[in-house]
Amino acid sequence: MTAIEVKDLVKKYDSITAVNGISLEVKSGEFFGFLGPNGAGKTTTIHILCTLLKPTSGSAKVNGYDCVTQALQVRSSIGLVFQETTLDRELSVYENLLFNCYLYNLKKKVAEARIDEILEVSGLKDRKHHSIMKLSGGMRRNLDIARGILHRPKILFLDEPTIGLDPQARIHIWDFINKLRKQEAMTVFLTTHYMEEAEKCDRIGIIDHGRLIALGTPAELKRMIKGDVIHLRTTRDLEIEQMIQKQFQLSTKRTPEGIFLEVDSGEAFIPLLFKTFGDQIQAININRPSLNDVFLHLTGREFK
Amino acid sequence: MLAFRPIYIIMVREFKRFFRQKGRFFSALARPLIWLFVIGSGLAQIVQAPDRFSYKQFIFPGILGMVVLFQSMLSSLSTVYDREFGIVRLLLVAPITKLTVVIGKIASGSFLATTQGVILLILAPFLGIKIGFVQLLSMLIFLILTAIAISSLGMLIATQMNSLENFAGVMNFVIFPMFFLSGGLYPVKLLPKALQAIVYINPLTYGIDLFKHTLLPEIYRTGRGTDFPVEFDIFMLLLFTLITASLAVVFFNREGKLVLLGRRPRG
Repeated sequence: MTAIEVKDLVKKYDSITAVNGISLEVKSGEFFGFLGPNGAGKTTTIHILCTLLKPTSGSAKVNGYDCVTQALQVRSSIGLVFQETTLDRELSVYENLLFNCYLYNLKKKVAEARIDEILEVSGLKDRKHHSIMKLSGGMRRNLDIARGILHRPKILFLDEPTIGLDPQARIHIWDFINKLRKQEAMTVFLTTHYMEEAEKCDRIGIIDHGRLIALGTPAELKRMIKGDVIHLRTTRDLEIEQMIQKQFQLSTKRTPEGIFLEVDSGEAFIPLLFKTFGDQIQAININRPSLNDVFLHLTGREFK
Repeated sequence: MLAFRPIYIIMVREFKRFFRQKGRFFSALARPLIWLFVIGSGLAQIVQAPDRFSYKQFIFPGILGMVVLFQSMLSSLSTVYDREFGIVRLLLVAPITKLTVVIGKIASGSFLATTQGVILLILAPFLGIKIGFVQLLSMLIFLILTAIAISSLGMLIATQMNSLENFAGVMNFVIFPMFFLSGGLYPVKLLPKALQAIVYINPLTYGIDLFKHTLLPEIYRTGRGTDFPVEFDIFMLLLFTLITASLAVVFFNREGKLVLLGRRPRG
């Protein structure tokens, strides 16, 4: 079954085109990652899918409901965790959760049971009656996510769930997300600008300047790059890039970080490079292609 | 489409916040007392109240109106604060209509304002104003009607505000003029014609007029009391509520304004 169906989606603000003709499908139960730099149009897309914004043109369907004409049905079948926390700092953990349960029209008994269940899973059980002010950033994030699934949505949207958290807290959040996915069997649609996080998704869409520039499993995307990626730092990047192009007939990318080459076998190629430019090379690195290399390959820019 | 539980929980939240913010709670208690006993006593020295009435009695309905005005306005304007801290987003992504959200907020403010008004009525006997059961019941209804009308206006203003930074502006150009041009402190008929026009489009005027009808029925004969018949007051309050509340629903989150304001769309 299709969880999300987007066709030629466009969103224009006065002078900016935030989303520029995106089409994609997400299957039920899939863990889909939306990867792109800041300002690429990720949040705008999520807001359209969650009916907070109306598209300028194109269509979007979530759980079979149209995001414009059947907004209420869409909203009752999804959970959305915003990029910034939406917890009420003057209420306790329990009161924040109850607020959400009632907004989704859960009966008191059902709500109480769900709250206890979710506090157990999120590891916040002994914080039930604590004020939000007393929670750490990571705990608040956990609570934000826990709150998004109180009403058992079929799809959970997570907009940059780990932004601004320290590495330790990020690991906790990911443990929590994985646990939830197993337990609730729901579709998860996540946006991120962290490559490592996107790697964990079943499928990834890479978005840049409002356009979807690649779509596939992490492995499929990396296969767009043959062999290895060599990252070279030299004293004279510009000239050396041109000489490499001429001598080895290779496509190269140059960024402020140095020169990037895609070659069949990195181990075999490095001696050749040294033979020609030995004294001008400052540093050299061979990597299996990462999603960052895929992004570089597609846009000519590094992912920042 | 209206849902009861969401409206209920929006009200519960406002109520808890009100009692937890100690500053808000105590200033709500102190404000009417200051007006009544400090300013009321001062003005009583230079103003002559209509015969057989003290100035404190005369302004008591006005002070009740002020309590309703402040609480209703502050509650409605807290929507702007909710927007800055993302609570409005939660409401907008929940499966409830804009009408439910707006009614929930109006109900919250009206409930708090009416409660404060009823508490303030305890002072009436000490000012020599007699309140029987009928008066109490009418006051309850009139306080609710007034609170709803002003909360609706507050919601409409909140939809037009970009941030709480304009709060001082609202205080100076809406809340204070509404209080001073309501007939609460002095009879409307004594004001210059130009200012009287504002009095007539001010919902608080009709609310306070209703309070005067109930609390000071005899002042009517002095020509310094109520300005309109009860039916007209009620009609104006309902009309005002209908217009401002409808506009508030229409403007509430027009094209994602509440979602994106204050924070540029990212990613």
